[in-house]
Amino acid sequence: MSTQVESDETETEEATESDAEPSPGDVRRAEKEARAAEQAAEAQREAEEQAIADQETVRIKVFRYDPEVEDKEEPRFDDFTVPYHRGMTVLDGLIYARDTFDSSLTFRHSCRQAVCGSDALFINGRQRLACKTQIQDLDTPVRVEPLPHQDVVKDLVVDMQHFYDQMESVEPYFDPDDLPDGDLEEQRQTPENRETVKMATRCIWCGACMSSCNIAAGDNQYLGPAAINKAYQFAMDEREGELKKEDRLRILEQEHGVWRCQTQFSCTEVCPKDIPLTEHIQELKREAVKSNLKFW
Amino acid sequence: MYEHDVIVVGAGGAGLRAAIAADEAGADVALVTKLHPVRSHTGAAEGGINAALHEEDSWELHAYDTMKGSDYLGDAPAVETFAQDAPEEVIQLEHWGMPFSRDEDGTVSQRPFGGLSHPRTTYAGAETGHHMLHTMYQQVVKRGIEVYEEWYVTRVAVTDEDDPSDRECHGCVGYDIRTGEIGGFRARDGVILATGGLGQAFDHTTNAIANTGDGQAMAYRAGAPLQDMEFVQFHPTTLPSTGVLISEGVRGEGGILYNEDAERFMFEYGYANNEGELASRDVVSRAELTEVNEGRGIEDEYVHLDMRHLGEERILDRLENILHLAEDFEGVDGLDEPMPVKPGQHYQMGGIEVNENGRTCIDGLYAAGECACVSLHGANRLGGNALPELLVFGARAGRAAAGEDMGEPQIETGYGAKTEDGDVEPPVEPGAVGDRSDPILADGGATAEVAADVVERAVATEEERVDALLERDGLNHADVRADVQQSMTEFVNVFREEAGIEQALQDIRTARERYQDVAVEDPSRTYNTDLIHTIETRNILDCAEAIALGALAREEFRGAHWRREHQERRDEEWLKHTMLAWNDGTPELYYTDVILEGEDKTYEPKVRSY
Repeated sequence: MSTQVESDETETEEATESDAEPSPGDVRRAEKEARAAEQAAEAQREAEEQAIADQETVRIKVFRYDPEVEDKEEPRFDDFTVPYHRGMTVLDGLIYARDTFDSSLTFRHSCRQAVCGSDALFINGRQRLACKTQIQDLDTPVRVEPLPHQDVVKDLVVDMQHFYDQMESVEPYFDPDDLPDGDLEEQRQTPENRETVKMATRCIWCGACMSSCNIAAGDNQYLGPAAINKAYQFAMDEREGELKKEDRLRILEQEHGVWRCQTQFSCTEVCPKDIPLTEHIQELKREAVKSNLKFW
Repeated sequence: MYEHDVIVVGAGGAGLRAAIAADEAGADVALVTKLHPVRSHTGAAEGGINAALHEEDSWELHAYDTMKGSDYLGDAPAVETFAQDAPEEVIQLEHWGMPFSRDEDGTVSQRPFGGLSHPRTTYAGAETGHHMLHTMYQQVVKRGIEVYEEWYVTRVAVTDEDDPSDRECHGCVGYDIRTGEIGGFRARDGVILATGGLGQAFDHTTNAIANTGDGQAMAYRAGAPLQDMEFVQFHPTTLPSTGVLISEGVRGEGGILYNEDAERFMFEYGYANNEGELASRDVVSRAELTEVNEGRGIEDEYVHLDMRHLGEERILDRLENILHLAEDFEGVDGLDEPMPVKPGQHYQMGGIEVNENGRTCIDGLYAAGECACVSLHGANRLGGNALPELLVFGARAGRAAAGEDMGEPQIETGYGAKTEDGDVEPPVEPGAVGDRSDPILADGGATAEVAADVVERAVATEEERVDALLERDGLNHADVRADVQQSMTEFVNVFREEAGIEQALQDIRTARERYQDVAVEDPSRTYNTDLIHTIETRNILDCAEAIALGALAREEFRGAHWRREHQERRDEEWLKHTMLAWNDGTPELYYTDVILEGEDKTYEPKVRSY
């Protein structure tokens, strides 16, 4: 077990170092170059997009299940054909199908702009937010299912309780060793330290990462990427202090904590906020080692 | 029955802050929300939180800017309380771990925002609301405050005296979305409504699909008047295809607006010769639509917001989220090209009438945040003033409901504050359709009875309503909702004229009549969103009607309320608040005075120029 952990760690350390060097601007430029290189592919995609537009409709296959309704007790897929327009998202398609064809079609959604985290779904075999997934980027018919590895409540709604329990188990709240005197004095934080925790703070609790994680699927007690990332946010925040950090690392290094991660990167791949989850988990492993905490 | 000292309905910024405050004041408090707290729409706020933190800044300046921004329809006690409490609240957030953007010396950064005389907007990237929401939810978890999530509150339980000011609120009724259970929530000390906005009364809005004016409609029907509902903020920079918000922070950092001829129209056409793009939101929204109406819009629909000159580094540091939004929802790379923007419904200045302690005229019923009207924003809210409002007045409502002594309020509520009758003549009768005795109140003799009975009776009424909706056949609420949203966007938008507003009122009346025949198709008690949305639609109708009635009544141009026939602010006649009481189904319009006398000075209305 320990061998595997060590080898994992070496790999990621290298990855982290090379990732850490370029400035945000460089990263952006690199992305741009990649994009330029993709232009041919894009032309291809545009042609496909045009093809969808020419059809003017798109077919969506949606998972249906309701334990309480006679003809929905057996899970099934329903087909909806909805009018297509440029810029249409999977959420737009679902809303249209519900409001026009079947008002019992059930899914969570609210903000429509990828910040409330309600509509993480399994779309064409991958965890995505329905509101920021363009239909033009998908093969059709679009297949929409509830998040895997969670109990289905009804249609596309899953039971999020386990996810919330894991989030809460890492004591997900800021807890400084001490605070400045005076109601109007803030704690200081360097812009660099804020940068360190910035990506971690972007989590919207959508559950896509947990659903994609093989380890979480096999070990129900595994804290999972979102909860560990939450702990990372606080553990790496210089305002909290060393005492609390020790506590946090103790929670994280327990049997079902960071050492379970086998760095498959599936969480990082599906995260709609681009949080480098695997990297954060690896960094916490290193922090635990530095603090001389035993590992499993 | 569920029982707590204080029940907070809604778990966005105002609700979370209220719950924490009530908890700190020693109350047993519970949050009841139709979403999970972190799904609340406070999370979508981008720009920032205004507070006078710098030494060279002062709460007096913040109050002055806010009053000017309100076009002198704010009440001075509310405005001053707000400006005084805001710094402490912001630092409190920082102490709770809010990841504010920082200056080199490690202090919290502040940036310029529209209508502010000093750069006093604190922020966390362009996702300030997200961080504020999560920071406060963390504190709720830390304190072990009970949360009833995915419980939809459909009614407040109040007694039924004739004068709403004599009524008492003893709790509310909730529907457990997951199981279909209809449950009574008994509040020993108070119910705080913190349900947020009502953007779904319009079809182009930055608001979430969940922002359906539930709190406003519930309080209104229980007897608490709605105040200044005609004042709706249309944000000047929303993406044309979805209504997704592009933060004012872009203009705060130096973003520029251009028309089709690449003219910087805010200056070139004299809309705001001093402040340009950073003029108040109502000014910029009107300028954009004027450009479009005069043929200088792009694709006849929108204008361009350009931030490319700010440079990659600054954009990535302070506005990165904007790049993602523009790319994901409009397919535009903000580093390479200007972003298309147009005005969209964004914020409701009006709401449930409350005093500076969040109390409505009904004993035990409080409101805070966007659903309330204290009145802080008056005719127009300044950017960066909504988030501190949630903190300041959420906290005050929480403490007041928990029984803390808040001192004598200076703002009066209920009919007692009335100074003038309204004389609006809508083209159709507003209010309840058919049976006017909609049993929103427990019927007959609920006065001074055992509080639990009031809640029980409210539960029975809701059970009846839900059963009826589930059992009968009829129309899909979505059609009714869509008609009203379109009518509101067409006729009660940035530019308003009498005939249009009257048309909207007629459309709303038709919708109300059709709503009588609405039914829920989905028979299930498990996660029945069809039912939830159907109930929400009635709330939307109540709110839309209140907005349109206020808009028809107010014959002047003030702040966000523009009337074609009345192109001037008319202080001698209209320096007053529009109040609308449900009056058991026959809405009554009346007016109350604006309070311009502050602690040490009186705010004299001036011409508002930027």
